[in-house]
Amino acid sequence: MARMLPKKDVVIIGLGWTGSIMAQHLTDAGLNVVAIERGPWRDTATDFNIAYMQDELRYAVRKDLFLQPNVEAMTMRNDMRQTALPMRDYGSFLPGNGVGGAGVHWNGQTWRFWDSDFSIKTHLTQRYGAAKLKNLQLQDWGVTWNEIEHSFDTFEYLCGVSGKAGNLKGQLQPGGNVFESPRSREYPNPPLKMPYTSTMFAQKMTELGYHPFPLPSSNLSQAYVNPLGVRMGQCSYCGFCERFGCGNYSKASAQTTILPVLIKKPNFELRTECEVLKVNLTPDGKMAKSVTYLDAKGVECEQPGDMVLICAYGLMNVRLMMLSKIGTQYDPATGKGTLGRNYCYQTSAGARMMFEGKHFNPFIGAGALGQVVDDFNGDAFDHSKLDFVGGAGIACNVSNGRPIGNRPTLPGSPRWGAGWKQATVDGYNNTMGIGSQGSSYPVRENYLDLDPTYTDRHGRPLLRITFDFPDNDVAMSNYMSDQMKKMVRPFNAKFSAVSRLKKGWNSVPYQSTHNTGGAVMGADPKTSAVNKYLQSWDVPNVFVIGASAFAHNAGMNPTGTVAALAFWAAEAITTKYIKSPGALVHA
Amino acid sequence: MSRFFLSAIFVALSTSAFAADAGKYQAVLGDCAGCHGKDLSGGVTLMTPFGKLVAPNITPDKDTGIGNYTADDFRAAMKTGVAPGGKRLYPAMPYPYYANMSDGDVAVLWSYLKTVKPVKNSVDINQLHFPFNLRIVMAGWNALFFDAKPQALEPGKSAAWNRGAYLVNGAAHCGACHSPKNMFGADKGPLTGAVLAGWYAPDLTSDKNAGLGRWSTADIAEYLQTGRNAHSIASGPMAEAVENSTSQMSDTDLNAVAVYLKDLPASRGNGGAATGVETQMKAGKDGYDINCAACHGRDGKGNALFPALAGNPNVLQVRDDTIARVVLAGTRAVSTAKAPTAPAMPSLGWKLSNQQAADILTYVRNTWGNAAPAVSAETVERVRGELHGGS
Repeated sequence: MARMLPKKDVVIIGLGWTGSIMAQHLTDAGLNVVAIERGPWRDTATDFNIAYMQDELRYAVRKDLFLQPNVEAMTMRNDMRQTALPMRDYGSFLPGNGVGGAGVHWNGQTWRFWDSDFSIKTHLTQRYGAAKLKNLQLQDWGVTWNEIEHSFDTFEYLCGVSGKAGNLKGQLQPGGNVFESPRSREYPNPPLKMPYTSTMFAQKMTELGYHPFPLPSSNLSQAYVNPLGVRMGQCSYCGFCERFGCGNYSKASAQTTILPVLIKKPNFELRTECEVLKVNLTPDGKMAKSVTYLDAKGVECEQPGDMVLICAYGLMNVRLMMLSKIGTQYDPATGKGTLGRNYCYQTSAGARMMFEGKHFNPFIGAGALGQVVDDFNGDAFDHSKLDFVGGAGIACNVSNGRPIGNRPTLPGSPRWGAGWKQATVDGYNNTMGIGSQGSSYPVRENYLDLDPTYTDRHGRPLLRITFDFPDNDVAMSNYMSDQMKKMVRPFNAKFSAVSRLKKGWNSVPYQSTHNTGGAVMGADPKTSAVNKYLQSWDVPNVFVIGASAFAHNAGMNPTGTVAALAFWAAEAITTKYIKSPGALVHA
Repeated sequence: MSRFFLSAIFVALSTSAFAADAGKYQAVLGDCAGCHGKDLSGGVTLMTPFGKLVAPNITPDKDTGIGNYTADDFRAAMKTGVAPGGKRLYPAMPYPYYANMSDGDVAVLWSYLKTVKPVKNSVDINQLHFPFNLRIVMAGWNALFFDAKPQALEPGKSAAWNRGAYLVNGAAHCGACHSPKNMFGADKGPLTGAVLAGWYAPDLTSDKNAGLGRWSTADIAEYLQTGRNAHSIASGPMAEAVENSTSQMSDTDLNAVAVYLKDLPASRGNGGAATGVETQMKAGKDGYDINCAACHGRDGKGNALFPALAGNPNVLQVRDDTIARVVLAGTRAVSTAKAPTAPAMPSLGWKLSNQQAADILTYVRNTWGNAAPAVSAETVERVRGELHGGS
């Protein structure tokens, strides 16, 4: 029998970016909030110590801050005819673990999806006709750009994002991203200082007629005090961002922006090392009444609450909804059901160039440091003569020059011994890369469900990912590779190579921790699991916040949009739901 | 009409609710919670050079607290260090400071303490070494070092100065940590800095190097209220004082404290710049650039988050206990409502040798306009030993 605990107004599952944002807002509104977090407490002072944080072996290779498969694994397959097998280690993507979630080890690339993303089906249908989308399951998100723009703004000011506006209230700004949707004001901080390779990239792209701009970055170009009074330091360009917590208080995370304020509030409580097993519904299945979890000692506890906010990593959000029977499983054969629908990923390729006699100094890096062109992103370019929709941001980022992971050598170099060592010495300072981060559009046969065979340590079915790169996205990515081929030409490198994406998603090599969809938002309960306020259509006192709500994934990093959705949902709860609990949208 | 009005106000002010609120503020000024614990039930251990003292329970519990005290008992304990039954308190209870409090302020404090929730908690207070464990010894101490006469007003000074003097030398008992002690633990030399439980409570006089000479009154008030300002950031024992006490003081009182401190005559300073330490300075610069500059800046100016080292009094004290300790063991700043971040200084003791730490500290103490004596490897070794030994 579970230990029954006193009721709270709000139970939050997971204290990463979205959980922290929701908790901050709802405690401000006077609600009593408890957050239940599976992983450990983590804080800059105690866990991201600047004196040892740059331990590449511990954090980047052995993945100290990440979810381990013995805690929760997943199974994967490329198509429905295959039998999914468990991933023995996380490779292709690396979910976070503990307070701060994946927002601890992210790079800090802080994008806004475009107005044409939120109304993607309407937009593309108007421009190209419905036939262009016939093999895709694209759908509008239910929320519009004008509704959500201020939520992006709030997040950028919380984080102190360093960047350059490209479109201020419709006025294009040279030097910024002229393809972005109109923003209400400039970024809170100026762009980071650019490294040599990114500067060179921007120069060549300008000569080619493209529109390079500094990557919007939550690595701070200068010290900053955010609207909550929390202070952040200036990025030191140490290059230990991705897979690391920031020891310098200069990468935005829940720890560096919200928690110092939140954690002291009397109406907030955090329970770490407590794993939620399921959300319990009333007998008619129409309301959530509590959450069952195992505490750090393994004692089963039941935490009742008036509202339950599912704020874990997107994939875990979807699985918890499935395990709790919140909504109906999507069936790719019939297209019916919504849970697991529109799972998307990221579609990337890259180019590498090697020179002689350069001093690129790649150890001067950051998580989100570089120049980007969006001339081929989203629908910034005409697709009418192309056999795909979607696009990619093409960027020259300098994110790390770390000694274990960054050992580029010329093809044909010895693979070991003194010859290899010399080749890595020659390669280190002479190599630069550019990459295309492409959109991922939903198709009927990519989806999530519960695995029929494999279970976790508590006997619950694992999440099963059925995914391969759709033909549309492969065509898109190969088009980007063609563009990159043209882009590298004027560099006159001694050696250059451009990769081309092929079908057959492989879960082993790292690609991207941008897993989206599965509990998507929308205006139609037949095709979306949550409404435009991220409220479950089926159980209205449950809100599901995260990239799980993305109806598709764009050619941009998701965190900015994830956080904007959290602010948007928090606002709906405090201004609408608290006054009148119940469904905020009637289908 | 005015007579009626005033007497009505007097009645209103005399109600116990008002007195208890005013008394609560006195408890903030006096930082009672700092030693007696958040619920005032005692139990916080004070390490003194004479042995261990554990702060007693001062909740109104009749068996283990001070529930049987009368108002007069309480006033006597606060202002003369003598508890009921003639029991002599140790001056770790800062009655030599509280003797300066007005009877009115002590009375409202008593009103407040009577409203605190009684907690049953029996405390073994006296764990001092012989002969200090004999309370009668304190009679002699008082005869030598204790002047029960309250501090007189200085008519030539402003009201703010006088209020500041009343607070600093009374309820706030700043000198308990910041004034050097003689061999009997009594104050000598006001607020010129003192060693305290492995830290060095800095010089608060107007000396430009070791003291607060470079701070404005606004800087001092900001520091006390938020725990940070452009020059420094509070950690260690001062973090507790800021959290429990100064961050909750009124703006008027903070300004008064600042006005008074700014007017303290300069101490004899820290002894001036290090000389003949070129080797240490060169090695220290390299060590600083590698280990420290990312946060504190190569110009030593810090930023909105991390404290400056240029002109930071903690860096420039005559004794280097605090900075050696902070480099070896790290520390964490206080979190206040107005400055919630509480950044941390990491421990570098595991990666720096005593000589390396001494070189860096010598460099920091003698760069960007700083001037202070060199730090020796022996000093760092001693502090390291104290940290490991826990004494």
